[in-house]
Amino acid sequence: MKQPPPRVGVLVFPGSCDDRDAAWALGALGAEPVMVWHGDEELPDLDAVVLPGGFSYGDYLRCGAIASFSPAMQAVSAFAEGGGLVLGICNGFQVLCEAGLLPGILRPNASLQFVCRDVRLVVERADTPFTSRCEPGQRLTVPVKHGEGCYHAPPDLAEEQIALRYAAGENPNGSAQDIAGIVNAEGNVLGLMPHPEHAVDPLLGSGDGAFILASLVDSARERLYARA
Amino acid sequence: MRATVLVRPKEGILDPQGEAVESSLRQLGFPVDEARVGRLIDLEVSANSPAAARAEIERMCERLLANPLIERFEIELAEGS
Repeated sequence: MKQPPPRVGVLVFPGSCDDRDAAWALGALGAEPVMVWHGDEELPDLDAVVLPGGFSYGDYLRCGAIASFSPAMQAVSAFAEGGGLVLGICNGFQVLCEAGLLPGILRPNASLQFVCRDVRLVVERADTPFTSRCEPGQRLTVPVKHGEGCYHAPPDLAEEQIALRYAAGENPNGSAQDIAGIVNAEGNVLGLMPHPEHAVDPLLGSGDGAFILASLVDSARERLYARA
Repeated sequence: MRATVLVRPKEGILDPQGEAVESSLRQLGFPVDEARVGRLIDLEVSANSPAAARAEIERMCERLLANPLIERFEIELAEGS
């Protein structure tokens, strides 16, 4: 019997702009994307959640700050605290930091310029639910496009939480320790500034983003089967 | 009751906006050694006393208006309130 696909929620905030790209990429990689409106107080039945890129609430106050208090984010926090898989991309990473689900905060790029280009990443952790299709040390080419991606690490950030780094000489924003993506201590929440959903087909310049999103879909499928 | 909240980047936190302002002022010929850019928020709050207003605004700062990792805040209550 054919198994149903894992259901991956994609949050939609006012000002999200990569939600449909994320949903398309997840669908192309075998998941069933489920759009979740920011005002919803409860999540539907999901195996994972993606917070997409964009400019939620116009980046007012601090990027991600207002979105982190939205009703749907309260539900996402509870989902994450229960061990649910949560991936935050770009603005989604900023929202996760503001919500306290990931340590640190994203600051304006050191150059003060918006950067939009492909960057090479180094996979530091291939044993997370978001990078399981990668090899340790693997290089991925994935685009960034952000004005506030300079990661400010808390003093107690553990080395094991650094999942992705910008390759030497490629840091586009001044991030501490070339950090491009971090996981929480439990390993079920990942935030990254680059956009894997924009790089899931060689026609788009690179297919390397699929290593990350397909890892997430694999992990969501495992969760689905474990529940069934 | 009227109040003003000042949010500033903490000492030692990189402030690229402040650096850009500083270098622009220098280009204009002003003798500036440092500029830091923060944020100002004017509030009108309901409270029974200045102390109660201050306590409430401190909670607002901790929850939303400032990020304690990189910012510090000051609260100024308007005269006569």
